Amino acid sequence: MQELQQILDQALQQFAVIGDETELEQVKAKFLGKEGSLTALLKGLGKLSAEERPAAGARINQVKQGIEAALQQRRDALQQNKLAQKLAAESLDVTLPGRGMCAGGLHPVTRTLERIEQLFHSLGFATASGPEIESDFYNFTALNIPENHPARAMHDTFYIDPQHVLRTHTSPVQVRYMEANQPPLKIISAGRVYRVDSDATHSPMFHQVEGLWVDETISFANLKGVVQDFLQRFFERDDLQVRFRPSFFPFTEPSAEMDMSWNGGWLEIGGCGMVHPNVLKHVNIDSEKYLGFAFGLGVERLAMLRYGVSDLRQFYESDLRFLKQFN
Amino acid sequence: MKFSENWLRTWANPELSSEALGHLLTMAGLEVEAMDPVAPAFNNVVVAEVLEVVKHPNADRLNVCQVNVGEAQPLTIVCGAANVAAGVKVPCARIGAVLPGDFVIKQAKVRNVESSGMLCSEKELGLATESNGLWLLPSDAPVGKTLREYLELDDKLFTLKLTPNRSDCSGMVGIAREVAALTGSALKPLEIQTQPVTLAEQLPVNVADPQACPLYCGRLVRGVNAAAATPAWMLRRLERGGLRGISAVVDITNYVMLEMGQPLHAFDVAKLTGGIAVRKARKDESLALLNGQAVALDEEVLVIADDARVLALAGIMGGQGSGVETVTRDVFLESAFFHPDAIAGRARRFGLATDSSFRFERGVDFAATRQALERATQLLLEICGGRAGSISEVCGQLPVRAAITLRRQRVARVLGIALDNSQIAALLKRLQFDFAANGDDFRVIPPSFRFDLSIEADLIEELARLHGYDNIPALAPQAALTMLPHSESQRPLARIQQTLVARDYQEIVSYAFVEEQVERELCGNTDAVALQNPIASNLAVMRSSLLGGLMGALRFNLNRKQARVRLFETGACFAKADNAYVQTQRLSGLAYGAVRPEQWGAAASPVDFYDVKADVEALFAPQELRFVAAPHSALHPGRSAQIFCGGQMVGCLGELHPKWQQQYDMVQAAVWFEVELDALTQAKVPRMGEIARFLPVRRDLAVLVDEAVAAQTLLDAMQQASVPCVAEVALFDVYRGKGVEQGKKSLAFRVLLQDTQKTLTDSEIEPSIALLVGVMQKHGAQLRM
Repeated sequence: MQELQQILDQALQQFAVIGDETELEQVKAKFLGKEGSLTALLKGLGKLSAEERPAAGARINQVKQGIEAALQQRRDALQQNKLAQKLAAESLDVTLPGRGMCAGGLHPVTRTLERIEQLFHSLGFATASGPEIESDFYNFTALNIPENHPARAMHDTFYIDPQHVLRTHTSPVQVRYMEANQPPLKIISAGRVYRVDSDATHSPMFHQVEGLWVDETISFANLKGVVQDFLQRFFERDDLQVRFRPSFFPFTEPSAEMDMSWNGGWLEIGGCGMVHPNVLKHVNIDSEKYLGFAFGLGVERLAMLRYGVSDLRQFYESDLRFLKQFN
Repeated sequence: MKFSENWLRTWANPELSSEALGHLLTMAGLEVEAMDPVAPAFNNVVVAEVLEVVKHPNADRLNVCQVNVGEAQPLTIVCGAANVAAGVKVPCARIGAVLPGDFVIKQAKVRNVESSGMLCSEKELGLATESNGLWLLPSDAPVGKTLREYLELDDKLFTLKLTPNRSDCSGMVGIAREVAALTGSALKPLEIQTQPVTLAEQLPVNVADPQACPLYCGRLVRGVNAAAATPAWMLRRLERGGLRGISAVVDITNYVMLEMGQPLHAFDVAKLTGGIAVRKARKDESLALLNGQAVALDEEVLVIADDARVLALAGIMGGQGSGVETVTRDVFLESAFFHPDAIAGRARRFGLATDSSFRFERGVDFAATRQALERATQLLLEICGGRAGSISEVCGQLPVRAAITLRRQRVARVLGIALDNSQIAALLKRLQFDFAANGDDFRVIPPSFRFDLSIEADLIEELARLHGYDNIPALAPQAALTMLPHSESQRPLARIQQTLVARDYQEIVSYAFVEEQVERELCGNTDAVALQNPIASNLAVMRSSLLGGLMGALRFNLNRKQARVRLFETGACFAKADNAYVQTQRLSGLAYGAVRPEQWGAAASPVDFYDVKADVEALFAPQELRFVAAPHSALHPGRSAQIFCGGQMVGCLGELHPKWQQQYDMVQAAVWFEVELDALTQAKVPRMGEIARFLPVRRDLAVLVDEAVAAQTLLDAMQQASVPCVAEVALFDVYRGKGVEQGKKSLAFRVLLQDTQKTLTDSEIEPSIALLVGVMQKHGAQLRM
């Protein structure tokens, strides 16, 4: 009996200090192999009497199971160890930069235009567009600006030939759209417009967005409502105030200049008004039945305020150090 | 329109501060652009007379002056100005005065002489940026009076940004009328006395074009002293109205223009031949204008002429040969109503913009034409003396003031607020409109001074303006809700742009006008759409391609030490076609520098044709593109292609020509593409097809072929052969070098074979492969083993 306990103690002792799987198997043979000490004891069972044999056998088997369990435990531990070493060797410097392409970005004006369009789409405005070289007729005459009208001088027009100009506003799109579609109409039209003017606050090319809503029950109060709603949503400021001042545009009556509260003052943000009956007449819309409002906003102005751009000319310099700030 | 606030308040003086008055005007549509004090703040400065000047005992450059400031005892003041002299009148800052810059005047000892004040220059009072000595005041300046009072310095200059419809406010009378309407304050009328006729002479006046000049008034005034001094009060108002004093007669006509909004003209009678004619110019006539400019005339231009020659551009500017000078003794004063249509655009034609044309082309009150002449005569007789003849008046058909019907219901519909009849009537009354009410309808006759009122909407604006735009609520519209159409066969531009953004391109926006040379040489466009009036010579023609803008942007950034630049732009390009202009939306991109941003673990390689080709293919996917070698003025002749989509040429792609690379000082070649946006936005609504149940079999084929044979040629040939079971043929490798002789290349194709019914066996595959090889052999390809 003492012998059995000694074998078990020996096995456990030896297994515990082995650091290698092959060695472990060799040591295992010393106990459980053909020539192993426990195997020898098992072989010796035959010499015992039939009465003694079962009890002795059971004791030996118990020790054998103990050795096997210890052996398995040690095997698992060694494997765990090995895996841990392998993983440790494979570890990366996770702080190294990632590889591959970067992403570019959209121009701040495009970004602004997308935002404007999304907001108006949410109110059911469709998008319309028109040519940038525009006929004198659509740019002026159809908008109630006859030849020689002083309002033409206000526009500082680029001429291509006596009948064609670079559009000075997006309003001609209104006319083209109303010619082709029946009311009720609800559109916005954004794009490049051109004026002979250049300094820190004027560019010979800039972007406008034009809105038009023609229906049977559209009023000046609605114009105020929509523009105010838009500006508050665009700037994400419910406390933003919008001020309408009487003004003059040949294609709207009544007309208004729109100012927005900003840093304690007022900033001019665009022009608007109720579509002039003469403009509706040009496109065969019954101005007794239908009313409409139209507004025009300067896109760069909105972008400058939204993103803190100080000089309008930066939009067109294509300086990557500027552009990448809006990605 | 500039004016003095004090002058305005002599007619309408509401109990409002300057700021409140300015706000009121702005909110009524007469935008106050600027409101500046006439003089900076200073006090305790009076008109003084220098009585005696004695050299300072201890300083060469100083004088000790005895100065009368209107008190019993003169003050002793030390003064260093060179122009100080006994008898001059100058501003004197008394002890305790605070001058601009918080400069306080104290009793002081100057080199042992007590000085009790300071004699001032204009600069010291903040009224000029430079001064040369003391400000010498007129000899009649009242000694002891404060300078602010004497010169009316407690005044503000208002600058109005008048919209073209409000010509009625281009005179003080009109602005005062507006202020009275807005505030309900009393309006003091301008009292004009009819002047006694003391001269029995008239110049004959013939109006040959009564449509252009419906009303002409003129009169002779003989014996005037044109050299008389313009009174200080008049000069002050002129200057504060933005006009320089010229001479008494001219100043008087200008003054009446500022006062009443009616431009006037004075002719020197000695320079006239016969009578006055108002007529259209003749084609061969010309005129030397007062500003020295000589203009060639034609039948479009209305002129004032005498029997011998053209004297003036009617309503725009007088001529040099007939103007009033200081020696003039007899003048002919003109006050006319020229129709806006006869004046509009004419001044601009000659590059002119005068105070007169500004008013006439917008409309001048034709009910005040004669009164303005009386007013000018009155002032002329007062200031220059003389004897006035009776007025010659030629009156034709004045503009008809047709009644406009204004409906209460319509007001409510347009504005979205309900005004009741009494409110409407009250507003119309304040506007001095002549009207009659009939139930809910008003019959309104617009006044002679308003040229912007012809339809109901015009009157509604007037009501809204006076009622206050601020008093109209902001209301959300109510309308039937319907969804917007949304075509799935159109790809939104935003998604296309996003594809390029994801591939590391930065969007730019560049001017649509470019330098003519760029169009001609870089874009090969010899017939660019040119601007008639470009803003600069390098922005003279419309772009036919986005290349110019991209190249400009690339160079801008390379000059700022950027080594890797990838840009794109979308926008219109312009071309001429049969008397019309073609405007196409395009998308264009340009890549320069390394394919990938500099990074560890990957070698840097410069971007090439194929890198950008992949970007273009990704843009169009799933549409398939074909690339055909074709030259382009900007591109390397061996490295440029036209892009075809569905048989249509949709753009081009290539590497910048080495000559441009050299000219623009670039280390590497940029790769550029440009495609039609229309081709990109078209999309197919997907339809699901069958998915093969059996797995495909892959076979690789490598062939040797002459360099000159394009890969596409072999691919097309295999495609067209319609070989059974071949589902896909694609090129996956190109090899040159060891094992491949010079002038040849090895192309490796991946062939996927598939049957919808069964898995293919080798015996079924081999004949198909043999067919493909056979097709390639016809193009000189040899199978590599």
